[in-house]
Amino acid sequence: MAEHRIETPVSDEDIAKLRSGDKIFITGYLYTGRDSAHKKLIELVKEGKQLPIDVKGQIIYYVGPTPARPGNPIGSAGPTTSYRMDSYAPTLHSLGLKGTIGKGSRNEEVKESLKKHKGVYLAAVGGAGALISKSIEEAEVIAYPELGPEAIRRIKVKDFPCIVINDMYGGDLYQEGKKKYQKD
Amino acid sequence: MKVISLAKVRDTIKDLVQKANFELQDDVVDVIKEMEKKEESPAGKEVIKQILENAKIAKCDKLGLCQDTGLAVFFVELGEDVELKKDDGLGSLRDAFFEGTRAGYEEGYLRKSVVEDPIRRKNTGDNTPAYIHWEVVPGDAFNVTFIAKGGGAENMSAIRMFAPAAGMEGVEDFVVETADKAGSNPCPPIIVGVGVGGNFEYSALLAKKALLRKPLGSHNSDSFYADMERRLLERINNLGIGPQGMGGRITALAVQVEAFPCHIASMPAAVNIQCHSHRVLSFSL
Repeated sequence: MAEHRIETPVSDEDIAKLRSGDKIFITGYLYTGRDSAHKKLIELVKEGKQLPIDVKGQIIYYVGPTPARPGNPIGSAGPTTSYRMDSYAPTLHSLGLKGTIGKGSRNEEVKESLKKHKGVYLAAVGGAGALISKSIEEAEVIAYPELGPEAIRRIKVKDFPCIVINDMYGGDLYQEGKKKYQKD
Repeated sequence: MKVISLAKVRDTIKDLVQKANFELQDDVVDVIKEMEKKEESPAGKEVIKQILENAKIAKCDKLGLCQDTGLAVFFVELGEDVELKKDDGLGSLRDAFFEGTRAGYEEGYLRKSVVEDPIRRKNTGDNTPAYIHWEVVPGDAFNVTFIAKGGGAENMSAIRMFAPAAGMEGVEDFVVETADKAGSNPCPPIIVGVGVGGNFEYSALLAKKALLRKPLGSHNSDSFYADMERRLLERINNLGIGPQGMGGRITALAVQVEAFPCHIASMPAAVNIQCHSHRVLSFSL
């Protein structure tokens, strides 16, 4: 299990270094988005319209945070379950999105898409939203404020901790980890 | 006759929903610490460390343990000898629960996670309605148990109507299969609530009630079901899913089973999956 520090935006070379099971710390900007925001983004793509964010080289964090207390940039901000965004992820990969952060397994289409578009799927620890909020320095709603917790935010992170689940080579930590520890 | 003020109910609920979301209760922390000793995988140990660290920060900073601060689910035992005092403009006990939930989620900077329609999906903006299960009981008790139930784990729950011939094995295989299928999605290590018997809707309610048993990890008083709980916990932990699904010995913290009489033709079974962020709190007035 290697450790990496990466900065956004990320390049194909950054992604090529990552293997399932590696620990990474991200510094830079991430975009947040979950169910409703993804639905809107994909509708825009289908209509051939411009997206409110340029996803090229970027990482989307699947999160719907709690409201920020005064003086804090954000509230509790752990990952949500990723499979709900499976139907949307390949389209965004094809537009240059390099990474997604969530928790839980992805379907085969997403894993194939990661190989094809040189992308990576990362997990943060679900249910550790208070701890994770400490790596978030700024947050700004940049699209769909009417969605409340589901709005798209641009967040500035420092040493944001993740684990590589699916790499661009077909590696899958969930499958590998389970196989290693299962008993008959 | 005991008189209970609706304003008092509202205010207690306002505080309760916040405390439950900020403070992981001792019985849950104890089970997690116990399981930490048994975990062998480095990733699993790291996850458990972060879960315990998260609990300290959430309590200290009054932050949601999880950003999914849940649907507000209440189980209420209302004594038939209780008189309700409609004070402070509150017209009903239901209003007191809704107002308390609304105020608590607002004051505590908790997330509003309810949409007003399942298809059209507009957020209600105040985390109501609360989901209230009423039970009228003899005497003058007024007991309330709250669970903040997140969507990720709830989505992994399942119900099946078995033929009685499926027996104990059928039910146990179903519980293990449900945990296995859930895999990394519901934020393992999970807690598994199982309801066996009743009818279609009652088994689901039993499964949720099973999650509320305190202290976490205690066994059914019927040794038949206590043994089932032990077998199921072992089988689920042998799946290898581990903390957050990254591989490990600890996939579940506890399995809690409740049973109830059922129809001669039926054997319903429901499995309610709960994440490690088990936010359950009770009060009595």
